[in-house]
Amino acid sequence: MKVDNSLPLEYSTEENNLKILGFWIFIGAEIMLFATLFTAYFTLVNRTGNGPTGAEIFEITPVLIETILLLTSSFTIGLGIHAMRLNKKKATMGFFIVTLILGLAFLGVEIYEFTHYVHVGAGLQVSAFTAALLTTLGTHGLHVTLGLFWGFFILLQIKKRGLTPETANKSFIFSLYWHFLDIIWIFIFSFIYLKGMM
Amino acid sequence: MKLKMKWILLTMVITISTVLTGCEPLLVLDPKGPQAKTQADDIMLSIWLMLGIVVVVLAILVFVLLKYRASNQPKDYEPPHIEGNHLVEAICVGIPILIVIFLSIVSVKSNYEVEATPAGYEDQEPLIIYASSSNWKWHFSYPEENIETVNYLYIPEDRPIEFKLYSYGPITSFWIPQLGGQKYAMSDMITTLHLAADQPGEFMGRNANFSGAGFAENTFEVTAMTPAEYQEWVEEVHETAPRLTEEKFEELIEPGHLGRSTYTGTHLEFAPPPEHDHGSSDTEVEEDSHSEDHEKHDSQDTNEHSNH
Amino acid sequence: MDFFDRFAVPHPSFLIYASMVGIGLTMLAIVVGITYFKKWGYLWREWITTVDHKRIGIMYLLSALLMLFRGGVDGIMMRYQLSMPENTFLDSQHYNEVFTTHGVVMILFMAMPFIIFFFNYLVPLQIGARDVAFPRLNALSFWLFFMGMGLFNISFIVGGSPDAGWTSYFPLAGNEFSTSVGTNYYMIAIQIAGIGTLMTGINFITTILKMRAPGMTLMKMPMFTWSAFIANVIIVFAFPVLTVLLAMGTMDRLFGTNFFTTDNGGMDMLWANLFWVWGHPEVYILILPAFGLYSEIIPTFARRNLYGYTSMVASMVIISLLSFFVWAHHFFTMGQGPLANSIFSISTMAIAVPTGVKIFNWLFTLWKGKIEFTTPMLYSVLFIPLFTLGGVTGVMLAMSAADYQYHNTMFLVAHFHNVIIPGVVYAMLAGLTFYWPKIFGFMLNERLGKWTAWTLSIGFVLAFIPMYITGLDGQARRMYTYSESTGFSLLNMVSFVGAAIMAIAFVLLVYNIYYSIRYSPRNIGSDPWDARSLEWATHTPVPEYNFAITPQVASTQAFWDSKKNGHELFKGDIEKIHMPNNSGLPFIMSCIFFVFGFAMIFSIWPLAIITLIGILACMTYRSFEKDHGRYISVEEIKETEKRLRGAKNEGR
Repeated sequence: MKVDNSLPLEYSTEENNLKILGFWIFIGAEIMLFATLFTAYFTLVNRTGNGPTGAEIFEITPVLIETILLLTSSFTIGLGIHAMRLNKKKATMGFFIVTLILGLAFLGVEIYEFTHYVHVGAGLQVSAFTAALLTTLGTHGLHVTLGLFWGFFILLQIKKRGLTPETANKSFIFSLYWHFLDIIWIFIFSFIYLKGMM
Repeated sequence: MKLKMKWILLTMVITISTVLTGCEPLLVLDPKGPQAKTQADDIMLSIWLMLGIVVVVLAILVFVLLKYRASNQPKDYEPPHIEGNHLVEAICVGIPILIVIFLSIVSVKSNYEVEATPAGYEDQEPLIIYASSSNWKWHFSYPEENIETVNYLYIPEDRPIEFKLYSYGPITSFWIPQLGGQKYAMSDMITTLHLAADQPGEFMGRNANFSGAGFAENTFEVTAMTPAEYQEWVEEVHETAPRLTEEKFEELIEPGHLGRSTYTGTHLEFAPPPEHDHGSSDTEVEEDSHSEDHEKHDSQDTNEHSNH
Repeated sequence: MDFFDRFAVPHPSFLIYASMVGIGLTMLAIVVGITYFKKWGYLWREWITTVDHKRIGIMYLLSALLMLFRGGVDGIMMRYQLSMPENTFLDSQHYNEVFTTHGVVMILFMAMPFIIFFFNYLVPLQIGARDVAFPRLNALSFWLFFMGMGLFNISFIVGGSPDAGWTSYFPLAGNEFSTSVGTNYYMIAIQIAGIGTLMTGINFITTILKMRAPGMTLMKMPMFTWSAFIANVIIVFAFPVLTVLLAMGTMDRLFGTNFFTTDNGGMDMLWANLFWVWGHPEVYILILPAFGLYSEIIPTFARRNLYGYTSMVASMVIISLLSFFVWAHHFFTMGQGPLANSIFSISTMAIAVPTGVKIFNWLFTLWKGKIEFTTPMLYSVLFIPLFTLGGVTGVMLAMSAADYQYHNTMFLVAHFHNVIIPGVVYAMLAGLTFYWPKIFGFMLNERLGKWTAWTLSIGFVLAFIPMYITGLDGQARRMYTYSESTGFSLLNMVSFVGAAIMAIAFVLLVYNIYYSIRYSPRNIGSDPWDARSLEWATHTPVPEYNFAITPQVASTQAFWDSKKNGHELFKGDIEKIHMPNNSGLPFIMSCIFFVFGFAMIFSIWPLAIITLIGILACMTYRSFEKDHGRYISVEEIKETEKRLRGAKNEGR
């Protein structure tokens, strides 16, 4: 495997290059996926049937906590990648751990939020609106969950194998994914929650 | 080889033209109302235009194939390298654009025609008929006359008709080819179809959109008659047909096939059509306002009126 | 519903039982055969675990041919049912399942794998690469597709096939009106296959962007590669819509949500809209690579370069963009009002312009050529007029006011078969005949090939042209029967005869393959057609590393230049080549996906959860796996090169 040392570690081999481009294209597909979900959501947002509307069920506090948690985690993963480029293994791992803990906390609050919705009579089966809402949020939450496992595996690999072109590449791609989820959350926060509460 | 191709083309053209112009006119090309006429004219116009395009392409193809086939060339002929020519390509883009612009104008004009009261009937008050489908039947409610029929439709000639379409179940499509094109009937909104018959006659009507096991037989008969005959029929129904009760209607919309039947009163009274707005569609609300006072409760006791 | 009732076929008939027995016996024969000839190890090592793009391509091809047969049988059954009024060959429910299956199989499990076969086999060769960007992902793509296909195909013997049309419009496809598990099969099987296709898209975009031979700029790529690139971009943007759509449909059916139901705010029109937001680009995913193949074949046998390369590329780009803005023309009759209809009407007609440019470019490629009528060329030449006919009827359908009369009729059915068969199927057959010698090392018989093309075309014209007429006479599509008085019977009989002739054409194709395997000469060299692009520059059969030395490219037809203009393709010395290792993981993971899909379809939740964990475990394993591939040594390459050069009578 040819390693080009003039480039950052995550770009240093041809295979790494391919993987990063491939992942960007995957993010393109993910954007379409969430765009479709948003389209469905905005089409169905007023079709509440006998169920509650968004304004009736949204609560600002958990949503704000979730937003802060996820935004912070996006920042810490950025710091992690920075540390990785400086070849600081311990610091990289530290930031990864912080990111994962924040992600986990986000997930916890989101689970609380979901139980709250079910509790106030906005379960999945209640109306087209609740179905679209919970599916959109759920898809994002599922991405975060998968990301947590994935990030954890990469963490273990960094611990065991050190910062090699391979682990650096994985970490970098993971950070792209994590930032992407953050951006999706900003859309969810602005257009689902804030717009819904107004 | 080229002969075979010409032969195929010739057969095709002959078949199409005999059938299109031949003895038995095709339903769609045999319009009995202004909307169907607009559509049939568009169709014939586009057929001729498109046939022209096909012939031109075919002529060029046959010409180059004959002229430049290997057996027609010297053995040592080396075809030249040609990248392209801006003028030629501009023509290849330009002519299709002109054709598309022309057809777009025709298409847009016709769009507005078929979505409005039929031409020549603007001064008349349209007859409003609610046509709703259930598996696998059509229910026609005449709010003005306070009549409801199943699987058949009587309409007066020379009067614009506004069909309000909706469905108890899958998406269906209300289609009377000789009076005009189809439109969907759906469960959560009302669509409007403007038709008119300009002569008396019997026409085939059907659901054109696949709706399950009983779809093939989901048809109805349309009879256009003179206004006098129509008035006579309305009166006869009021004298003879039973009243449509909620229980009876529930029974009628059970899945299955039924023959023709007639009732006084409409189901609109106890089962209102989906006119409520979900706040989602920007489409159907515009022109429904003028027809809202169809609550004419002239309930008479009537006898059975069967029309099988 | 009682648990075991779900597995019963909703309308048992002799045909279905006979197929059950037939499938059972065939499976048994295959298993016994493989065991008898001790081929399990070979199968596992050389095919199931392979990551070689050429072998994966061949597996796609086999799947496509199998599905062509399956979908073709469905088609014949439909034509036979309609050939006579009041025919009782199929009942209504059975007919509905047959046309639904026919549509899904032909589009998603025949045409898609057929074009992906060409992507796989040709793209790396045409750009001078050793493999695709992610060979392991490629294997996963194939096996996911394969399992989705398998799942869909067992539906008619276990639990019943989907019966709501290939479009599966809700509420018809909802639990209320579609009570068997059939539509669950539709949702889950297409989902699994669709994920595979999405990965194919990502893989090939990366491959084409990053792995082209030195000197091959984007505007020097062979036209098929261009078409593959654009088609894969469409895949990446269109398939996520399908993923979400099917997920919502699945939730409606399995978890009682209300996306598309008739109450609690559900919106049936949302399904139709999203379906066609995917569905219309989907047909361009099929047709653009077909155009690409014609653009390879026509210059080869006109002995000329492709006319208007730049405008060919531009027109494909424009078509791909427009394809996302025309979806509503599939339901002009939904009541969007004249303004929306006018916009979609015009945008649809606009597609005729770039398509017309392509047709004219092919005609001008023939201009001043030296045209040889080989079988692939014959298909291409038949394609031009027949496809033009389909294209212009498309313009007719685009006129929305008139479409109120065409919609849901046989006219529409005639139109889309008229574009898909001469457009896509002819391209597939032409491409298959054209590339057959490259893939298998011998040519298909030309005489039989031409007979096939002519028979197919005559059958096609007889089968589908009458539908235009019956459509205008009021024959709606998807009717399982009609009465004598409608007057449809004569033309429908003609249609059936045409369909039967098409079936004969496919028998001829199979016979041709058999005949050629037995009698075709094997010493054909590596360039039997005197072709123009890079895939013909390597040996036949293609060694696993494709090119011993990465080729240098300077024009759109690198190989032609090397033959005629003294361009030097292979400069430098042979170096060791890095190749990926085989892996069983894609296959195992896809098998688990199959069981997962089955469990979901029949709502067997414990099994679904176990298999889901299995899938995640496979992904975890992959994450920790250390696999740096392997190297092929210089000596080994030299030996292979010598053997391939010696074995074949090189050069013409």
